[in-house]
Amino acid sequence: MKRLPVWLLLGSALAFGDGAGPVAIRNARVVPVSGPMIDRGTVVLRNGLIEAVGADAAIPPDAWIIEGAGLTVYPGLIDALSTFGIPEAAPPANGAGRGGAAPQATPPAPATPAATAPANPPARGPEDRPMTTSWVRAADLVRPSDRRLNSVRAAGFTTAVTFPLRGIFAGQGAIVNLGGETAGQMIVADNAGQYVTFATSGAFGGGFPNSLMGVVAYVRQVYLDAEHYQLAKQFYAAHSRGTPRPDYDRALEGVLDSPRVLLPARRRIDVDRLLRLADELRLKAVLYGLPEGYRSADLLKKADAAALVNLRWPERNREADPDEPDPLQVLRVRDQAPSTPAMLVRNGVKFALYSGGIDRRADLLRALKRAFDAGLTPDEALRAMTLSPAEIYGVADRLGSIEKGKIANLVVTKGDLFQDQTEVKYVFIDGIKFEPVEEPAPAGATPEAGPPVPSSPQGGRE
Amino acid sequence: MKPVLLSCVFAASVLAAPPILIQNATILTVTKGTLNGSILIRDGKIAEVAEKITAPPDARIVDATGQFVMPGIIDCHSHIAADSINEGSVSVSAMVGIEDVLNPDDIAIYRALAGGVTTANILHGSANAIGGKCTVVKLRWGKDAHEMIFEGAMPGIKFALGENPKRAGNPSGQRVGAANVNLRYPATRMGVEDVIREAFTEAKAYQQSWKDYNDKLARGEQAIPPRRDLKLEPLAEVLEGKRFVHAHCYRADEILMLLRVADEFGFKIRTLQHVLEGYKVAKEIAEHGAGASTFSDWWSYKLEAFDAIPYNAAVMMRKGVLVSLNSDSDELIRHLNDEAAKTMKYGGLSETEALSLITINPAKQLAIDNRVGSIEVGKDADLAIFDKHPLSNFAKVEKVYIDGELYFGRNSDLAERPAHETEKKKLLDKEKEQQRRTPAGAARRPAA
Repeated sequence: MKRLPVWLLLGSALAFGDGAGPVAIRNARVVPVSGPMIDRGTVVLRNGLIEAVGADAAIPPDAWIIEGAGLTVYPGLIDALSTFGIPEAAPPANGAGRGGAAPQATPPAPATPAATAPANPPARGPEDRPMTTSWVRAADLVRPSDRRLNSVRAAGFTTAVTFPLRGIFAGQGAIVNLGGETAGQMIVADNAGQYVTFATSGAFGGGFPNSLMGVVAYVRQVYLDAEHYQLAKQFYAAHSRGTPRPDYDRALEGVLDSPRVLLPARRRIDVDRLLRLADELRLKAVLYGLPEGYRSADLLKKADAAALVNLRWPERNREADPDEPDPLQVLRVRDQAPSTPAMLVRNGVKFALYSGGIDRRADLLRALKRAFDAGLTPDEALRAMTLSPAEIYGVADRLGSIEKGKIANLVVTKGDLFQDQTEVKYVFIDGIKFEPVEEPAPAGATPEAGPPVPSSPQGGRE
Repeated sequence: MKPVLLSCVFAASVLAAPPILIQNATILTVTKGTLNGSILIRDGKIAEVAEKITAPPDARIVDATGQFVMPGIIDCHSHIAADSINEGSVSVSAMVGIEDVLNPDDIAIYRALAGGVTTANILHGSANAIGGKCTVVKLRWGKDAHEMIFEGAMPGIKFALGENPKRAGNPSGQRVGAANVNLRYPATRMGVEDVIREAFTEAKAYQQSWKDYNDKLARGEQAIPPRRDLKLEPLAEVLEGKRFVHAHCYRADEILMLLRVADEFGFKIRTLQHVLEGYKVAKEIAEHGAGASTFSDWWSYKLEAFDAIPYNAAVMMRKGVLVSLNSDSDELIRHLNDEAAKTMKYGGLSETEALSLITINPAKQLAIDNRVGSIEVGKDADLAIFDKHPLSNFAKVEKVYIDGELYFGRNSDLAERPAHETEKKKLLDKEKEQQRRTPAGAARRPAA
């Protein structure tokens, strides 16, 4: 069980004297994203940070030098909504493990209480805090042993904004570097926001809430309760003597701890109603999903809201009856969803792209290709996978571009990053070099990990 | 003062759509008789109704020779245009509301328009004794959700009595007692009454807690406000007369029960919905002041609907109850004019009385009769034009206007169909081609 981590250590870090010394990539094409491209430049890394970048950046005498001629240096890609880094969110290993990799003995990570607790009695109202684990922090669930990390680094990802996904208030995200020896090293920020889904308890009999409007009402009540809870705690702090103390409520603590909330928006109507809800409750909301973002840009722009667009474009269910074609409205959405990023750029909406669980480079490029065909430029895509997510999550001071003082997360390629034939030569995470090995496609085409796709609202009526 | 006002009017008319003049129609005003003539629409309102109107120079002329214009149909009980209908997990679901889940893309809206409907009361379902909040909408197909909401209409809440809230017939579809089946109180009609009483007792205590808080503030004491309770707020609004109760009911005994509970707690039932045994207690319903919104001739689909009769609407009307006919269905909503016509056979209502069941009467029940429900000068230009008399079941809808805007046109609908077919075929072919090109090895999970 101990053998494997040691081997990994040798493979990745030893070549660079455990990564402590400075590294200089010289004579490379540098795409800083925050500024104009540098045709022939140098990037110096030290102590996990970018020490210098520029056409004439000085190379320290003790630096390990990488000849960059013919190479391009990009900031590492950020998966703006992800489960990368949380091993139990990965698909179960089948047979000999994915891509023939030796099965790893993964220490069982503490699962979320929702996943392990015995079935609760059905909730009878918002007071029972149904499907809520708002206090669970992804930062506490991250493990370097996630089997997907090799593959996603090969796709160019160095960072993921990783969330617990189960429940209505699923928990708090963390900004995670996708390499490191310990979980603690991987965390860039432990407080990315609260992940909300519109999960319901199912049909009649499952407890509150079992409808979309029940979930909306629940979300509203929780935020009202949180506001009141804060008020009650403040009042108690000022008048402890003579005031009955307010009950501790971990659900509300979790909500109050979250600097922003991620809300699922599949359709234009979701965008519309959630922006209104956010406005009503004075929430700092980020909408995710957005297959109908191409027809929602006006709403997002007007509300000055940020959006996370899922690169896993909607598809026809391959098991669907071939003699039963979908209605025109549905066909239009599937056809036009990949034009969402271009449309958001054109309308000046702040947005980032996320993988939707896509963890192989070939699949990522295929998804991006459809966005390019619909008008997005590779530069715009790059920004939406680097600096824009860093800005949306408030970490642009340390991530998202190649600038002095930022975290040394880089992708070094031979060719343009989003070109099919391009080889990803190196990935740097916190200044540590990884030489990615692309895993072959899994035999038998097993389904990928559950991507964060906004669930369909329930339409049941009686 | 006057020049300013005039220039404002001028500016508005320049910006607004040109006036519309509907000519040579048989006009069924419902409240002001029937005439052959013209309707002038200006700025979304009915500006003039007369036998002869001189066309303003900029007017668009609609020739309705041989056609019939009636007020846009109003459905007092509908479940279209919403992403969810029932929060059935609890017996009091007043915290939820249709407004939160209005879906302007629901194709049922367009189909209802094609049946001449322009306004609908979108209700929560009948799964619980006290259901969720309701919203009155105009069927402004193509607009966003909030643009559909009937401006200024009184908000409502759904109540339900009888078999549905007591979960008779096992509506969960699962064996009672099976794992995960929520055995929800109540299971009897007695229990339904108890749930309503208990909820309003709670609501009164909630009102009191806010009163106590405000009194404390008035005395200069420090205090924190009570927790806002989204379940009890709408019930407090009912007690304060700020929210209408629309109560699903069937049997005479439970109707009387509800009226007595309402009297005891000091609130009004605005409408009884379905109210199939209303004819047995019409006098009591009229005394309470409740309206009744019923079916034309739908019965025996469940035990509590066995005593229904098609004379129900007419009998209640003759006893002084304000009666409307509703659809409760996205199929029936497309031919409410047929439903109204049935009351002429069963109950002998006049043409105007029959039409009032789907126009001015539901408008009065929803307190929007100052805006809609009849063809009168000053009201919203919500109109349905039929090719024959709308009480004939051969009649088809030709055009539907809401606020003077054309939302359905039979000819343009027919004209657009080939283009839609072509587009659909093109998209299907494109998708097939895409699937063919995707390598088989690439595992791409279908969208969840």
